[in-house]
Amino acid sequence: MFRNQYDTDVTTWSPAGRLFQVEYAMEAVKQGSAAIGLRSKSHVVLACVNKSNSELSSHQKKIFKVDDHIGVAISGLTADGRVLSRYMRNECINYFYSYESQLPVGRLVVQLADKAQVCTQRSWKRPYGVGLLVGGLDESGAHLYYNCPSGNYFEYQAFAIGSRSQAAKTYLERKFETFMESSRENLIKDALFALRETLQGEKLTSSTCTIAVVGVGEAFHILDQETVQALINEFEIAGEEAPADEAAAPDQADDSESSATAADQVTPSDPDVAPMDM
Amino acid sequence: MNSFDSNPATNSLISSEADSQRTLYPYVTGTSVVGIKYKDGILLAADMGGSYGSTLRYKSVERLKPVGKHSLIGASGEISDFQEIMRYLDDLILSDNMWDDGNSLGPKEVHNYLTRVMYNRRNKFNPLWNSLVLGGVKNGQKYLGTVSMIGVHYEDNHVATGFGNHLARPLLRDEWRENLTFEEGVILLEKCMRVLLYRDRSAVNKLQVLFSLCGIHNS
Repeated sequence: MFRNQYDTDVTTWSPAGRLFQVEYAMEAVKQGSAAIGLRSKSHVVLACVNKSNSELSSHQKKIFKVDDHIGVAISGLTADGRVLSRYMRNECINYFYSYESQLPVGRLVVQLADKAQVCTQRSWKRPYGVGLLVGGLDESGAHLYYNCPSGNYFEYQAFAIGSRSQAAKTYLERKFETFMESSRENLIKDALFALRETLQGEKLTSSTCTIAVVGVGEAFHILDQETVQALINEFEIAGEEAPADEAAAPDQADDSESSATAADQVTPSDPDVAPMDM
Repeated sequence: MNSFDSNPATNSLISSEADSQRTLYPYVTGTSVVGIKYKDGILLAADMGGSYGSTLRYKSVERLKPVGKHSLIGASGEISDFQEIMRYLDDLILSDNMWDDGNSLGPKEVHNYLTRVMYNRRNKFNPLWNSLVLGGVKNGQKYLGTVSMIGVHYEDNHVATGFGNHLARPLLRDEWRENLTFEEGVILLEKCMRVLLYRDRSAVNKLQVLFSLCGIHNS
């Protein structure tokens, strides 16, 4: 995308019917480090790559527990993500106070999407620069949604966002049909495989990733480092089917480009078609 | 809510000018409501009387109503406040339906909502002068609860309001059991209502009975 005369305000349409500020906000999501979600009939797994500013600092928190039955993984401007998580937590608590029952995920994501939409239609606001993978349980089963800065939301069987997420998506596209009936363990395993794809050669260890699970009878929680490391060892040692034959071999020296250029992520699109109508 | 605080008539909890704006005593009242769980769901019974003090003035008042797809409500106390509660519930159910997403508020949620409303009004010294029975079935789960005008709420296998607590509940404690059939439930309720007719001065001899079944939607 290039600068043009219609991209200064979120309230300015381009002649082609696009809101560039919103699209730029979606770019911010693509720059964040990867986050992946998958779901079965009874569980949802969220996984993300731990990114830290330097070796000295701790990594950014990208997965938030919203309630016992809902959790969210974010990619993009983490500050925006934190604020939205606080909003979601508030909504869940208020609903529980009035009805003593858990807020259905489907309703929470609609409220979230409506909140995002407001920012696309006020001249004194800017869109949230964060994509949210909302995973949760309600009466109708396990659900995974993706909320976008544009105010759109979609339900997914599995999805990945952030930098190098295309690699994870390719893996997920191959395997998603098995997810619905998957066991909890296999779902986590698939999440780890998908996450490995986005690392492109970097070693997958429990310190480079965070995994969280929610399921029937299992409150949303982030798995601790030992558990994650044990799972990683399990599937590497067991020599499970290589997730993708064309996956980067561990010893391939990959000078992974800084995530600043997400050129490899953007599929060539018709410049006149608004990408938000995915 | 801001208009309440800037208006001197209402900014003191006990100011006398505000008295005309809050419920001090009830005028047209309904008497007991009795509810039980039975094998397939919930049974509620109440008479159709609306008393005006000691006069048995209105004889066709419906004090039991369905709420949404899953619940039933019964009210004793001030009838106009019950009508107000029905308006709140209609709005609640409407908003719930407008989501159009397959989720719906069940009896537990409605009961809790009503508890919050009743307690909130009590805290403002402007109660809805009712005792409510709320029951229903959702996803095969039976629920039966009650809320009073001060926000006291609980669930049980059998509940009652007003005189029903003193006259009907002892009968139910003796004779209620798990998995009553519909017929047995009705007979038991009829027994309770008969005793209430004998002993409660504000009871009338015309009854309303509502039932809520597993798997059946109120329509």
